Amino acid sequence: MYVAVKGGERAIENAHRMLAEERRGDRQVPELSLAQIDQQLGLAVDRVMTEGSLHDRELAALAVKQSRGDLIEAIFLLRAYRTTLPRLGVSLPVDTGRMVLLRRISATFKDLPGGQILGPTFDYTHRLLDFDLAEPAESQPEPPPPAMRSGPPAESLPRVVELLDREGLIETESPGDDRGPVGDLTRDALTFPAGRDVRLQNLARGDEGFLLAMGYATQRGYGRNHPFAGEIRMGEVAVELVPEELGFAIEIATITVTECQMVNQFRGSGATAPQFTRGYGLTFGGSERKAMAMALVDRALRGRELGEEPVSPPQDEEFVLSHSDNVEASGFVQHLKLPHYVDFQAELVLVRDLRAGHRASDRR
Amino acid sequence: MSRVEERPLLGVRGLGKRYGAQTGCLDVGFDLWPGEVLGVVGESGSGKTTVLNCLSGRVAADAGRVEYAARDGRIVDVLGLDESARRRLLRSEWGIVHQNPRDGLRMGVTAGANVGERLMALGARHYGQIRGLALDWLAQVEIDLDRIDDLPETFSGGMLQRLQIARTLVTGPRLVLMDEPTGGLDVSVQARLLDLLRGLVAELDLSAVIVTHDLAVARLLAHRLIVMRGGEAVESGLTDQVLDDPQHPYTQLLVSSVLHP
Amino acid sequence: MNQYNFAYLDEHTKRMIRRAILKAVAVPGYQVPFGSREMPLSYGWGTGGVQVTASVIGPDDVLKVIDQGADDTTNAVSIRKFFERTAAVRPTTRTDEATLIQTRHRIPETPLQAGQILVLQVPIPEPLRWLEPREAETRKMHALEEYGVMYVRLYEDITRHGKVAQTYEYPVLVNGRYLMRPSPIPKFDNPKLDGNPALLLFGAGREKRIYAVPPHTRVRSLDFDDHPFEVEHWDRPCALCGARGVFLDEIIVDDKGGRLFVCSDTDFCARRQADGGAGGDRP
Repeated sequence: MYVAVKGGERAIENAHRMLAEERRGDRQVPELSLAQIDQQLGLAVDRVMTEGSLHDRELAALAVKQSRGDLIEAIFLLRAYRTTLPRLGVSLPVDTGRMVLLRRISATFKDLPGGQILGPTFDYTHRLLDFDLAEPAESQPEPPPPAMRSGPPAESLPRVVELLDREGLIETESPGDDRGPVGDLTRDALTFPAGRDVRLQNLARGDEGFLLAMGYATQRGYGRNHPFAGEIRMGEVAVELVPEELGFAIEIATITVTECQMVNQFRGSGATAPQFTRGYGLTFGGSERKAMAMALVDRALRGRELGEEPVSPPQDEEFVLSHSDNVEASGFVQHLKLPHYVDFQAELVLVRDLRAGHRASDRR
Repeated sequence: MSRVEERPLLGVRGLGKRYGAQTGCLDVGFDLWPGEVLGVVGESGSGKTTVLNCLSGRVAADAGRVEYAARDGRIVDVLGLDESARRRLLRSEWGIVHQNPRDGLRMGVTAGANVGERLMALGARHYGQIRGLALDWLAQVEIDLDRIDDLPETFSGGMLQRLQIARTLVTGPRLVLMDEPTGGLDVSVQARLLDLLRGLVAELDLSAVIVTHDLAVARLLAHRLIVMRGGEAVESGLTDQVLDDPQHPYTQLLVSSVLHP
Repeated sequence: MNQYNFAYLDEHTKRMIRRAILKAVAVPGYQVPFGSREMPLSYGWGTGGVQVTASVIGPDDVLKVIDQGADDTTNAVSIRKFFERTAAVRPTTRTDEATLIQTRHRIPETPLQAGQILVLQVPIPEPLRWLEPREAETRKMHALEEYGVMYVRLYEDITRHGKVAQTYEYPVLVNGRYLMRPSPIPKFDNPKLDGNPALLLFGAGREKRIYAVPPHTRVRSLDFDDHPFEVEHWDRPCALCGARGVFLDEIIVDDKGGRLFVCSDTDFCARRQADGGAGGDRP
């Protein structure tokens, strides 16, 4: 005698318990601390903060731990937490011109005021697994401190883009309606066509892999815009807020960001002198690959306002912005795991019916 | 013309469009009367397509006024319409036949669905009747009836164009804009299509603006002509008069350079 | 969970969502964009429905949550637990007892009453989406009532299969004006939308749209005069309670392909059995 299956609730509780065990793993192995994740898996934390749209290293580290290293799951956790936080105010735009630089490079000039500062980059490492890292560092001696940098203080180095700007060689960022409200993707639904403010927010939160692929596609001819890395900066910036009661700005935090300014395909005609165009990328921490991909895609999506015919997916605003959010994408892709048997039953009824129709007409 | 009307179906004054420093068209004007076919002729770059695109709203005109006498008697300021109203006009009282039939068809649905779509958009709700009308129209444009359930992908160029014409005319538009309707077709296929168009225009009492570089097409289909060059209308008049007795030197050049069999 | 507001969302967000709901009720079938929030559930798993429910639920509400018609499917359990934790409302499995019902893919067999609210979970709100991928274009089509392309789709089905091949998410015209996608309910449930005395709310979290069918609104499934809309039927009753004219789930009971058909609506079936309804075929 068939009895309808029960016990879904208990199944879920058991699944959660099993998940907790898997998360902890072998209890002989020391448990991860949030400090370890923050310090030694810093780039994972950076990515989770960037795509989670929340700067809090400790919370991001917790999310990484809770998600067992699945970064999209961690981003989801951070976003869901963010929803519950009250909004206290809006900061002033961060001034990356006053950044305390850890890293600053440009591909457009051989040398520039302040020099090329490499910083802590993987770029010139040889990708050979370093088996020294397999042993904890306590057994190794303290390495000598890095050589002190000489030259002008890092905060005062001019931007490459500004150097081009002084000659009028690069388009000035249109101030647009600078006094108008900046859109907020976390508050209002995205509508098309989208303004650049909302586009950049979408890209900043967007999945690094997706943007990387889209940016890569532009380099391979799908909406090519001839990019040069004008400047990439990574370092500390102040976050400032003007409280109503005070009427002047106070510094509430310093955070590390990575900024990428691409110098792209010039445009101009007989009527207007040619200028280079721009693409922009900004991320928390050292997420440089993401900042560069973001700048490539930003420029591709600006095609409409620069009079370029959109011929490929990276230039298609609806396509890029609708599919860049990995929390949305992950949810919808994985929702296929949910029961769909009622709709499937409806399809079965139809297909059986149509097949019966076929057999009937075959017999005739 | 079979009706006497007090005012033209379409009145165009001072139509102008610039593309940066380039002139698309300049100060073009004409009246189109009910049942009349107007040919806009010229070489490529003459501005004839720009005129059509300004009328259909595909590009925004910079200057001019276009008045259309609607079915309900109102005078519509065509250039002043917002996008909603313009789309509604193009769906109901006007029709467009594109040079490339693929631009005017749904390639992914059957021929029958292509012809029936405008009917369904206007509220037709009987499958059998829609299909019946589609069959009638396929017959009218001389497409084999048993192609009704075929996808347009399987049609030849001439058949595609005839299908597009059926799709456009099925709801009885009062004004049809045609852009090089026989462009890209073989000569014999063109001849057959022109014959068909001529018959339909007469039978349905259509008004049309036909853009073409081919004077033979103009002679066969149009009652009156406008000759365009460098964005401006250099001559206009009855087709036979303009082609047999051209006054403007450019028209004379155009007429004389047509190969005669 | 006492550090969270009642029903998880803050009051400002609830107000924003309620405004969207009011707009939706004022224009039946029209998709209202809303600032969908990141929720603790995955997109695609009911965040829209949860946000709508969270915005209208009050401490005196009695909440029922079903998925595929059953109270005990894993996602229904998960959502019901979420509201038990964040809103401490009384849960129920009885359709006739609930004031608020959140559902995925089914409308309960027990007829709804005036005063009840049904919240349906929607994955893709736009009925024209498969015919026109661009949002900017579909918005215009709704504004201009350019629905011809949907009838073209039905025409093609009839041409190819002899009948319309859409079996769930069957498109409807609401209040004679807006084309609507009624969420992935089987077409069997479409007639329940028409003139329902309850308030029907539809939430799409990922796509960020809310729409509504107010009580006693005309909802017509699209069809042709000579190919009228028809629903599924089974040639046997529910094997457990004997009911006919209800949606049945097909259950495979052995590896020789033996199968049973039972009510998809578990509450309806359980109560019929309790009331002594006779079963049909037994394995």
